[in-house]
Amino acid sequence: MNAERETRAFANTQHVETTVLGADEIILNMGPQHPSTHGVLRVKLRLDGERVVDSECIIGYLHRGVEKIAEHRSYQQFAPYVDRMDYVAAVSNGLGYCEAVEKLLGAEAPLRARVVRTILTELQRIASHLLWLGTHALDIGALTPIFYAFREREEILKIFEKYCGARLTTHAFRIGGLQYETYDTFERDVKRFCDDLGRKIDEYETLLTSNRIWLGRTKGVGVLSAAGAIALGVTGPVLRASGVKWDVRKAMPYAAYDRYEFDIPSRESGDTYDRYSVRIEEMRQSRRICLQAVEDIPEGPIMARIGKVLKPPPGEVYHSVEGPKGELGYYIVSDGTIQPYRVRVRPPSFLNLQAFHRMARGGMIADVVAIIGSIDIVLGEVDR
Amino acid sequence: MVDDPTKKQSPSAPPATRRVPGSAPPREAPSTPTLLENELTQRFRERFGSAILGATLDRKQAIVVVDARQLREIASYCQGEETFEMLVDLTAVDWPKRDKRFEVILQLYSFQKNERLRLKAHVASGESLPSVNGVWAGANWLERECFDLFGIVFEGHPDLRRILLPEEWKGHPLRKDYDILQQDNEWVRENLGIESGQSNER
Repeated sequence: MNAERETRAFANTQHVETTVLGADEIILNMGPQHPSTHGVLRVKLRLDGERVVDSECIIGYLHRGVEKIAEHRSYQQFAPYVDRMDYVAAVSNGLGYCEAVEKLLGAEAPLRARVVRTILTELQRIASHLLWLGTHALDIGALTPIFYAFREREEILKIFEKYCGARLTTHAFRIGGLQYETYDTFERDVKRFCDDLGRKIDEYETLLTSNRIWLGRTKGVGVLSAAGAIALGVTGPVLRASGVKWDVRKAMPYAAYDRYEFDIPSRESGDTYDRYSVRIEEMRQSRRICLQAVEDIPEGPIMARIGKVLKPPPGEVYHSVEGPKGELGYYIVSDGTIQPYRVRVRPPSFLNLQAFHRMARGGMIADVVAIIGSIDIVLGEVDR
Repeated sequence: MVDDPTKKQSPSAPPATRRVPGSAPPREAPSTPTLLENELTQRFRERFGSAILGATLDRKQAIVVVDARQLREIASYCQGEETFEMLVDLTAVDWPKRDKRFEVILQLYSFQKNERLRLKAHVASGESLPSVNGVWAGANWLERECFDLFGIVFEGHPDLRRILLPEEWKGHPLRKDYDILQQDNEWVRENLGIESGQSNER
């Protein structure tokens, strides 16, 4: 019942411009160049004094037509493009795409490849969360965390660079497995990084978790209820902060996640602080997965024998992975040729951003910045 | 019908047999779409009868094809009684040679059952279908995107405007007959007064 009411409440909202302004109301435009919008997001706010009465997101500035491009490329040729959607978590994008095509082919990557994929994807999750932590804290006015966060992120990027030569848009995986074997000191590097990280995360927490200013800016700000989050299709840390303990890695395990022990952190109140708290805990869990995985990387081939020319039999598949932002899904339709007939990317940021309107309504204008930061959007993925 | 984690290859399974690359068929040939008959489809048929146009299983994923005119009722039933609380995705595929060229696809997920379901509805060019915005609030932007890129009209949507492309954009890019050079050629013609010389022919 609750979900139904929430649904109706959202469905009835109107386009900001078409609403009649009250005597004390103004419309304020924020972005697309505003630094706290993390890219080119434009938000139109209807304000009554400092209070947000209504809001509207205007997106599409980074639209490159990725889904159309896919229809003109072969399956392998399209793989590097997916890195450019969520460009701060390219490895996760690549994992989702490669696994979706493998599923379409009916193939599976060898175990060794899946374990290495799991390690790299979890490192990527940590890197993405670190970038989020630094910028989110910076938006709210805490200047220090970004230096620490970038220091650790750099170590992860160095591991990527040593592994495949690229730091950001890595194209680390191939359909069917991996292109590259792990380098000589890979295990040692990952282990050393993870060993240090535990202490470092505690360090970030001393800066923020019980900081009075931080609490004041994030507690009770931008609350999203569990029912509202589900109705809006919100996934990832934002959903878990609202009290829904759900993660694709546990619900429908892929790669090698079923081999490792880890918890799904969740919180109850669904405010900005909880979203912060969930992501901090997620970094610890990712570290746990990496440490378990790196202890025992099985020997064996890293590439499945799938052939050089990929012609998946006609049909379709939907496959999703838990990206750092939420459920990242690929829906691919094959017509039996070497090019996909249709590739649809289910972008977590796009659906999470839709909930912004709900979180910001009734809050203060200064909280808008905190809320956008707490959703952790990447516009490259919102607009595709 | 769902991605079954227990079907995953166990760690001790032998590695794939060697095959000559290039000529090799996939290791485990994917099942071609088969008819789906289970309790869920039975309940669907009992409730909606002829509005359920078919049910198939493709790569272990359940697909139910429904009559577009009844999409809203069926969606509401899925969300309520069948506990598919979340609309994960809504998109479309264009098949220009078919009678009803657009296939609108809804990916649903049930937290209770940990199951996915794919609903499909076919719409002809110029036809519209009911919006599911009142069932899942998340459909708002997804339907707008679908309208933007395919030109499919969702009846009853509160605010059906373009979302990713600018308002003045011509055409709907994800349609198969959309000419990707059109916009560029037109710009060159208008602003430079020459023909761009680009064409789709190779």
